[in-house]
Amino acid sequence: MSNLKFYIPAVAFLAIAGLLWRGLYLDTRTLPSMLIDKPMPSFALATVDGEAVSNIDLPDQIFLLNVWGSYCLPCLVEHPTFMRLSEEGEIPVVGVNYKDRNELAQDWLETNGNPFSFSIEDLDGRFGIDLGVYGAPETYLVDSDGVIRYRHVSVLDETVWQEEFIPAITELRAESN
Amino acid sequence: MIPELGQFSLILAFCLSILLGTLPIIGAARNNVLWMSLARPLAAGVFVFLGLSIGILAYAFATDDFSVQIVAAQSNSLLPMHYKLTALWGGHEGSFLLWTFMLSGWMLAVSIYSKSMPIEFVSRVLGVLGVLCVAYILFMLATSNPFMRIVPLPPADGSDLNTALQDFGFIVHPPTLYMGYVGFSVVFAFAIAALLSGRLDAAWARWSRPWANIAWAVLTIGIALGSWWAYYELGWGGWWAWDPVENPPLITWLFGTALIHSLAVTEKRGVFKSWTVLLAILAFSGSLLGTFITRSGLLTSVHAFATDPTRGVFILGILGLAVGGSLLLYAFRAPLMKSEFGFGLVSREVFLLTNNVLLVVAAASVFLGTLFPMVYQALTDDLISIGPPYFNFIFVPLMIILVLFLGVGPMSRWKRTSTAYLFQQVAKLAIASLVIGVVLPLLVLFEFSLAATVSVALAAWIVLTMGKDIANKIANKDSVAKGLRSLPLSYYGMQTAHIGVAIMLIGIGLTSYFSSERSVLLNPGESVELGSYSFQFEGSEAFRGPNYIGDRATFLVSRNGNSLPSLYPERRIYLASGTPSTEMAIDAGFLRDLFITLGEEKEGGGWTMTVYVKPFIRWIWLGSIFMALGGTVAAFDKRYRRLRQRKSAQEKEQLGALQPTAT
Repeated sequence: MSNLKFYIPAVAFLAIAGLLWRGLYLDTRTLPSMLIDKPMPSFALATVDGEAVSNIDLPDQIFLLNVWGSYCLPCLVEHPTFMRLSEEGEIPVVGVNYKDRNELAQDWLETNGNPFSFSIEDLDGRFGIDLGVYGAPETYLVDSDGVIRYRHVSVLDETVWQEEFIPAITELRAESN
Repeated sequence: MIPELGQFSLILAFCLSILLGTLPIIGAARNNVLWMSLARPLAAGVFVFLGLSIGILAYAFATDDFSVQIVAAQSNSLLPMHYKLTALWGGHEGSFLLWTFMLSGWMLAVSIYSKSMPIEFVSRVLGVLGVLCVAYILFMLATSNPFMRIVPLPPADGSDLNTALQDFGFIVHPPTLYMGYVGFSVVFAFAIAALLSGRLDAAWARWSRPWANIAWAVLTIGIALGSWWAYYELGWGGWWAWDPVENPPLITWLFGTALIHSLAVTEKRGVFKSWTVLLAILAFSGSLLGTFITRSGLLTSVHAFATDPTRGVFILGILGLAVGGSLLLYAFRAPLMKSEFGFGLVSREVFLLTNNVLLVVAAASVFLGTLFPMVYQALTDDLISIGPPYFNFIFVPLMIILVLFLGVGPMSRWKRTSTAYLFQQVAKLAIASLVIGVVLPLLVLFEFSLAATVSVALAAWIVLTMGKDIANKIANKDSVAKGLRSLPLSYYGMQTAHIGVAIMLIGIGLTSYFSSERSVLLNPGESVELGSYSFQFEGSEAFRGPNYIGDRATFLVSRNGNSLPSLYPERRIYLASGTPSTEMAIDAGFLRDLFITLGEEKEGGGWTMTVYVKPFIRWIWLGSIFMALGGTVAAFDKRYRRLRQRKSAQEKEQLGALQPTAT
């Protein structure tokens, strides 16, 4: 019977291979955040401009929470969409400046334009961990009660806006009426 | 037409490897000398046709044949020739062809340098490698054909090699890493051949030791090159990030390190046989796992190739058959392996077993940390992130204990060592190491830090115990020179590698805790101070490279008023893709590196930038060079060569005896 121990590696490998196989079919892009339908985690941080912010400063209407960084090239791709949204007053956008450097973030906003009502400065990524952020860019749809309702990983361009966000927002607005 | 010839060669190589993967193994089982004797020519054939295939692909890159899909995707007519050629491994398909070609290279080497081994063993080894070739080539032909064409309208120009890859590091890192990775397939094949033959004596350990050492040495260099490249190219000043794709080579390396130590015990003492076989399988699994992770899109990372689930399933299939199959074979055969000799509780066997356990635990925890986020997600649908704190927390203590044993191990004796003897040998050295650890960093850096003390004390411990061991070994020789000459090459190899560990320890300890950096915005003429160094920004000028335009800044560097070489960091825009890229400027030194990365240009000629001072960072890679050198030197010990000559003489006799019956 002691020979059974020699089967341990094979059995362990079988378990690992099973998990790997399962892992292949996980969609890491549209994965729902564990915070969906939960309130925004509480925070008390500074904005990129150096002012103190906490949950009470969030807009009391439906808004977007966009995770960005000056190092992040895809953020530049989705940037025009946010500029349009904020210029046309369609929806307020709050930024989360994720694991960035303050001076670089300020430069970035100055050079490219600032679509954000304000940007929460998350230097060490702690707030990002609370939010369950994968990496910039990521965008959350938050309702007027400060509850996270939708999450989109990676670039939010006009197509994504039209196809994913507009329906979600329409639904939210219908709900609250 | 020419790319189709490449594809045709690939198919021929596939056919030959099917023969190689079957006939010699069956021949060995049925004792059919003719079938066994096919192994060497078939291995050479596979090598030739894979070589032809990769040569033709390189030709397509060199001649800008953009009708070939991967040439169009990874190259560009403006690319300098050395990057055109190396762009071959800039994507999944080409790099996998390189991987397979390297396997055939190792196969050829085995068929040439195996004259001392019995023919049925060589046939099995080459046969197992042939089976791997079949799997790899089938994978290429089925899911990732490097010769795929774009028809009917090929693009006029290619979309360029990823700019982050246009660098010397890209020329050397992937081939070296693959070479080391694939090398462990050879040791794996030796282990499987031993299991198949049922002849589980120490002979297979002796035969595979030089191969394991060389593969390990090449892998060491491959990993170090990757670390060095990431350090100077990515510009974040780090040398290891615990990235999910950095980890599998490290896992393989840790298993490989355990393996080369365990092989020593199995060869010399005939114990730990089944354990050694298992390690050979594990090291190989690590290399396959690395392939799987980079090529399946399982984990997102800087290294990941474009993802395609069918590829993932295919590689998982290879992984399942190769690793699962060999572990089952192991389960059937391992009970046959009985240790020939016993050993005491305090003995070199036990010290090496401790080394093995620590290394395997380290490898397992890196493995766990790498895959855990994925596993967690698979089980709960939630996400978590595991970062450097986890890895450092587990890894650092394990390595500290390992180094403590590293000092005592070589001094201990096989079978039984008296504890009192060991204690008497090392007690003073331990105290001396501690004193050096406390005093030396204070003298050099004027600062106390626990990390520096620990790493310097451990390095001192390695060097002092080694000195003592050498002194003991030559104590009863006539002269020091004679004594040193009497020590075998493998002993020098071991000690060189161990010195490498000491050097790397100092590098890691001091870099991690004494590095400094500052991010600033400077206008021309302004300067920034960091420690005793001053960096004066002179201004920047636009210039043009072969396939990019850029700005080059000039910095005058000085320390305490003495001027040092100037630094010229660059900011580039690559023309084909429009991607910006930062080229940091480094003043590399034995005791410290200075470097600058440029950020963005501001109005009035000012730039944002980050300056770094990194003490002793070079020692990390210097240590790896010593380790690799040690592994190589040990592989060339005359012990193996002498055996070779004696054995081949024997074989000739046997052949001579066979000849009359054969004719």
